[in-house]
Amino acid sequence: MAVRAAVITFPGSNCDRDMAVAIEQVVGAPALRVWHGDTALPDRVDFIALPGGFSYGDYLRSGAMAARSPIMRAVVDAAGRGVPVLGVCNGFQVLTEAGLLPGALMRNAGMNFICRTAALKVENAGSLFTSAYRAGEDIRIPVAHHDGNYFADAETLDRLEGEGRVAFRYIEACNGSQRNIAGVLSENGRVLGMMPHPERAIDAAHGGVDGRRLFESVVASVVAA
Amino acid sequence: MSDITPEIVESHGLSREEYDRVLSALGREPNLVELGIFSVMWSEHCSYKSSRIHLKNLPTEAPWVICGPGENAGVIDIGDGQAAIFKMESHNHPSYIEPYQGAATGVGGILRDVFTMGARPVANANALRFGRPDHPKMQHLVKGVVAGIGGYGNCVGVPTVAGETNFHPGYDGNILVNAMTVGVADADKIFYSAATGLGNPIVYVGSKTGRDGIHGATMASAEFDENSDEKRPTVQVGDPFTEKLLIEACLELMATDAIVAIQDMGAAGLTSSSVEMASKGGAGIRLDMNAVPCREEGMTPYEMMLSESQERMLMVLKPGREAEAEAIFRKWELDFAVIGEVTDTGHMVLEWNGEVVCDIPLAPLADDAPLYDRPYLSQDEYKAWAQVKPLGAVPERTDIAADLLKLMASPDLASRRWIYEQYDSQVGADTLQTGGDAGVVRVHGTNKALATTTDCTPRYVYADPFEGGKQAVAEAYRNLCAVGARPLAITNCLNFGSPQRPEIMAQIVHALDGMGEACRALDFPVVSGNVSLYNESKATGGGSAILPTPAIGGVGLLDDYTQMARIGFAAESDEIFVIGSDVETLGQSLYLRVVHGAEAGAPPAVDLAAERQLGEAVRSLIASGAVSAVHDVSDGGLLVAVAEMALASGIGAELEPLRAAAAFGEAQGRYVVTARDAAALEGHGLPVRRIGRTGGDALIINGQPLALADLRTAHQSFFRDWMEG
Repeated sequence: MAVRAAVITFPGSNCDRDMAVAIEQVVGAPALRVWHGDTALPDRVDFIALPGGFSYGDYLRSGAMAARSPIMRAVVDAAGRGVPVLGVCNGFQVLTEAGLLPGALMRNAGMNFICRTAALKVENAGSLFTSAYRAGEDIRIPVAHHDGNYFADAETLDRLEGEGRVAFRYIEACNGSQRNIAGVLSENGRVLGMMPHPERAIDAAHGGVDGRRLFESVVASVVAA
Repeated sequence: MSDITPEIVESHGLSREEYDRVLSALGREPNLVELGIFSVMWSEHCSYKSSRIHLKNLPTEAPWVICGPGENAGVIDIGDGQAAIFKMESHNHPSYIEPYQGAATGVGGILRDVFTMGARPVANANALRFGRPDHPKMQHLVKGVVAGIGGYGNCVGVPTVAGETNFHPGYDGNILVNAMTVGVADADKIFYSAATGLGNPIVYVGSKTGRDGIHGATMASAEFDENSDEKRPTVQVGDPFTEKLLIEACLELMATDAIVAIQDMGAAGLTSSSVEMASKGGAGIRLDMNAVPCREEGMTPYEMMLSESQERMLMVLKPGREAEAEAIFRKWELDFAVIGEVTDTGHMVLEWNGEVVCDIPLAPLADDAPLYDRPYLSQDEYKAWAQVKPLGAVPERTDIAADLLKLMASPDLASRRWIYEQYDSQVGADTLQTGGDAGVVRVHGTNKALATTTDCTPRYVYADPFEGGKQAVAEAYRNLCAVGARPLAITNCLNFGSPQRPEIMAQIVHALDGMGEACRALDFPVVSGNVSLYNESKATGGGSAILPTPAIGGVGLLDDYTQMARIGFAAESDEIFVIGSDVETLGQSLYLRVVHGAEAGAPPAVDLAAERQLGEAVRSLIASGAVSAVHDVSDGGLLVAVAEMALASGIGAELEPLRAAAAFGEAQGRYVVTARDAAALEGHGLPVRRIGRTGGDALIINGQPLALADLRTAHQSFFRDWMEG
C-alpha cells in the first residue's frame, strides 16, 4: 500500500515542488498536491507536509496569514487525529502560527538571510520522523531562511527539552535560536517543525543525502501503523 | 492642448532636433501624453540610439539559436525538445539612488523577461561593480544591493547560483547592478510579443498601476548630478510575492493555447509594451485608459502610460478565451482587465473619459527614432587619451606567500561568502554547483545541466577596449568549459559612460568589435542583451565615467551532469598541471594593483584560436574522467587559482618554485587541472606543465609552508571586517 502524502501549496510557497519530488523519490508514489483555498484534505491522507517559501510574501509575520487559510483548519483537525504533519522552514513558521507547535521564529540574529549547509545533531531518534537516525548522530542539511531564530520562554524550552521534543539542534550557532534548536516536536510527537530543508538532501547530486532518512522514517511509521 | 514649451520638451530628455522629428512624425504638435510616449520610446534606454549601429556587428546566429536579440530574451536549443531562455539587464541608476529596491526590481524585471517567453526561471546570476570600500556610501550600497537581490530572488524561489563582484574607484559615483535569469521551456511552447488578430482582446494582468517609476527610462538615460537623491521617486518598488504569483499564473495560462502574444511591462511600462507588441505585429492598438487597474485615484493617462510599477504584463488573447484566462489570474489573486483591442489602423489610440487623448502612427514612432553614428576615437587615439602607464620594470619580491595572502584578502579576490550566503542558491533542489567557475543547475527531471557565468574585467577594457572586449567573452567561454559545459551562447549588459564623448564612444565601438571577434571565433553568439549608457556621476565631484564594463553572461550545457568538474582538489597526491599559455605578463594584473599600487601595462592578449582548442580539450578531459579538478586562471593569476582550489577542498599542495610574474601574471587561455599523472593528459597536443602535487594542510611555496587555515582567515577577513567588524 503506497503512502498517501499531501503537500500543501500556499500563495508564495516555493519549495512545494521540491517537497513533492523528495516524497515521491522516497515513497515511490506521487504526492497529492493540495491548494490552500481547499477546505478538505484528500481522503485517507497518511502524511501532510507544509513546504518552505514565502507564503503571502511574509506579510504581517512569516506564516501568520497562511496559518489562517481554509486548508489549515483541515490540517489542524488531521493533526488532532494523529496524522503526521511536517513543516519545513516557512512550514515550521506556519505550524507555530497555527498553534500546532510552541514558540516563534524571529528574524535571524545577524539580520541577514542565511543559506548554507548546517551541521545538526539528532537529539531525538525515537520519533516517527527520526527513527532511521541514530540518537546523537551528526547530520548535514541545508538551511535557507531569514526568520529562523527559534524563541520560546525558558519554561517552555525546559519542558521541550525534558519531554524529548527537541528533534534537531544546530551544532554551531546559526541564527540565534534559543539553545540552538533547529526542529521541535509536538506534545504527541506527531507534528515536526524544522528550519533546515531535508528535501534538499535527498540524492547524491545535492551533495548529501542526510534528509532522506527523515522521509524513510515517516514511511516506516505509516506502513507499520 | 498646445502647451508644449521648450522647457517641457527639455524636461522629457528630448533634444531640439529630436523634437523636430516628433513634429514631422505626427505632422502636428504632440499633446503631453504623446510627448511622454515619444520621450520614453526615444530614450537611450529604449531606442539604443547611440549603440544600435554598432550592435549590428555582433554575431547572433548558430544552428542552436532559436531566437536571437529583439524579443524579451534569447532562446537556445538544449536538446530533447527543450530550450534555455536567458537575458541579462542593468539596473544601475536606480540601485545607486535606492540600493535595495533598485537591485530587487532589477531581479524582478529580468525574471519577467524570461518567463514572459514561456520559461520557468531556474537560475539567477548577477554582475556587480562597486566603488572603493572606504567610500562613505559604499557599505550602505553593498548591503542594500545584496539584500535586495536576495530579498527578491529568495522569495520568488529562483536560486542565485553565479555572480561576480568588483571594487574600483571608477564606480564610486555610479555602481553597476546587472542581473541575469536563465529559464527552461519546451521548445515548441515559446511565447513571442507580436500582437496580431484584428479585434483580439488586449489584457492587462498583475499588479495595479501606481505613480512609481514615472520616467525611470529617461532617468536611466542621463548622467547623475548633485541632486540625484531627488530622483528617488522615479525608483520602482518591487513585490516579489506578486511576481511569484504572476509566474505561476502565466505558466498556468501558457499551458493552454489561449495566448496570442505576451510582453512584460518593464522600462517605460505600458508605453513600451503596447508599442512594441503592436509594432512587431504590424498592427494598431486601441486602449481604454479607464479600464487600466490603478492603485491610486485620479491618475492621468500620462501617468498610466509612463508608470514603471512592477509585476505587470500585457497579453493578446484569442477571442473568447477571456473568461478562462481571468479564472486563472483570479485564482492567483491578481488583477485582470481587458483594456483594449488589436486594430488595423497602424496607430496607437488611447481613449479616456470618452475622448481620444493620444493618436500616434506607430511606423514613424519606430522608423523615425533617432539613430546616431556618434564620433569616436581610433584605437591609437584612445590609447593616447587613456594614458595607460607603461608596465616598466616591476621590482622583484621574494616573499611570494606574503603577497598571496595580501591578494587573497584584497576586495576583488576576498571570499564572497558574506554575499552568497544571503542568496538562496538551493531552492528548486536542482543546484549542482555554486562558488566555482560557473553555477550549475540540473534541468529538472533530466540528466542535463545548464552552466551559467558572468564575466568582465573592466580594467582590461579600459586599458585596451578591443582586447578587453575579447577577454570578457573568452573568460565566459573558459569558465563554462572549466565545469565541463559546452558553451552555447551569451547575453550581455553593456555598461558605459556618455556616448556623447568620443573617448567613451571609442570604448563602446572597440569593445564591441573585440566581443564580436571573440564570439565568432568561439562560435558563441549573442542572443540577448541590454545597453546602459550615461554611467557617469557628478555626485562624487568627479564627473568621471565608470570603467567600461561590457558584462557577459554565458550559458553552457552539460549532457550528463555526473561528468561535471569542480575546482576543489579531489584527493591527496594528485599531480597539478597548468594547461595553456606560458606567457608571463604582469600588465593590468591585480598583483600590480594590490602589491605595487599601480595600474599599468597592456592587458593580457587573448589568442582565440588557442582558446577554442584548449576549451574543447579540457571538456574532453573532463568528460573522460582524466582530470579530477579544474579551475580557470583569471584575476590574481596562477597562484591565486591554486589557492582557491586548495581552499575549496581543504587539501594543500606542494608547488614547484615560482617567481612573481609566473605566480601572479594574468596571461589568458590557461586552466589548472589535477590528475593522477601526466599520462592522463596526453593525446590532445596540449602545452602542459607540472606545477606541483596536492596534499597536506598547507601550500608549500618556494619551500615555505603557508597554512590553509591562515590562508582561509585572510580570505574571509575582508567582508567579515567590513560588514561585521
